Amino acid sequence: MISELLNMNGYGVYVWSSFIFTLFSFSFLYAVVKLNLIKEKKKFEENYKSLDEKKLASAAKQKTYREILANTSTSKV
Amino acid sequence: MINYFNPNNTLKIINKIQKFVFALFIIVLLLGLVEALVLSPEDYKQSDSVRIMYVHVPSAWISLGIFSFISILSFGVFVFKNKNFSLITKSLAPSGFVFSIIALVTGSIWGKPTWGTWWAWDARITSMLLLSIFYLLFITSWKITTDTTKAEKVSSIIAIIGLINIPVIKFSVEWWNTLHQPASVKILEETTIHSSMLTPLAIMTAAFALFSLLIFLMKYNTELLKIKNKGLNRL
Repeated sequence: MISELLNMNGYGVYVWSSFIFTLFSFSFLYAVVKLNLIKEKKKFEENYKSLDEKKLASAAKQKTYREILANTSTSKV
Repeated sequence: MINYFNPNNTLKIINKIQKFVFALFIIVLLLGLVEALVLSPEDYKQSDSVRIMYVHVPSAWISLGIFSFISILSFGVFVFKNKNFSLITKSLAPSGFVFSIIALVTGSIWGKPTWGTWWAWDARITSMLLLSIFYLLFITSWKITTDTTKAEKVSSIIAIIGLINIPVIKFSVEWWNTLHQPASVKILEETTIHSSMLTPLAIMTAAFALFSLLIFLMKYNTELLKIKNKGLNRL
């Protein structure tokens, strides 16, 4: 059963390599985009922490900044 | 209604639906893989090599669909001067590019047992290669242009020019004698593919569409964060 599934009437090498290439491309793209997202979130956290009190108060009033911080690691800690 | 397209609102929505889309994608993909690799029948002519269709065809469809959408929004960038449109096109391009590469590579792998060659300068294959080049040019225009307004214009022009290639890809198998077979799944005419093969094809298409949605959401989120980072620096 498994050898049949792997062999696929002699076309196994073509079929499996197509599926593996597709899944590898998905994983690669997902990893790259996810890493960039984490990098930007970290950058935002660092920028936010480095603000002085006046700027911090101004930023805290804005809905979008609150939304971003609600989805960063710091706020969850 | 227009408020839903406001980046401030979209950020909230994106964060909520991202995990849901990811979970749904995994479920649909697993279901699609079982259907495509185990449950679907082999073809009477192509035998098991026909299973390559379940990754090749959805990839080609989605890469074409994404580029068409990018081109239409690029018109919007010029007409409505809407910055959000260019953010959307920029976020859609990476998954569209990867899908065009998957279509080319899996098509090439399928070509070897079917036509006896990895590559032919056939109208369909060449026009698909052109689509990948347009995607690459679009992505590169954002990478190399430091001025955002200039990048928006250059990338939009590339997308609009690239739109000419879309009907060429679609009708290449009818306009010229090609190695590539004509379309089996048709919108206006009767589909010539059996339901036992159409089902896994539809499930895999849904899985791939969910993946492109997931990548778009993550990329769009990243782009919004970049803008907000700049905003923090200006406070």
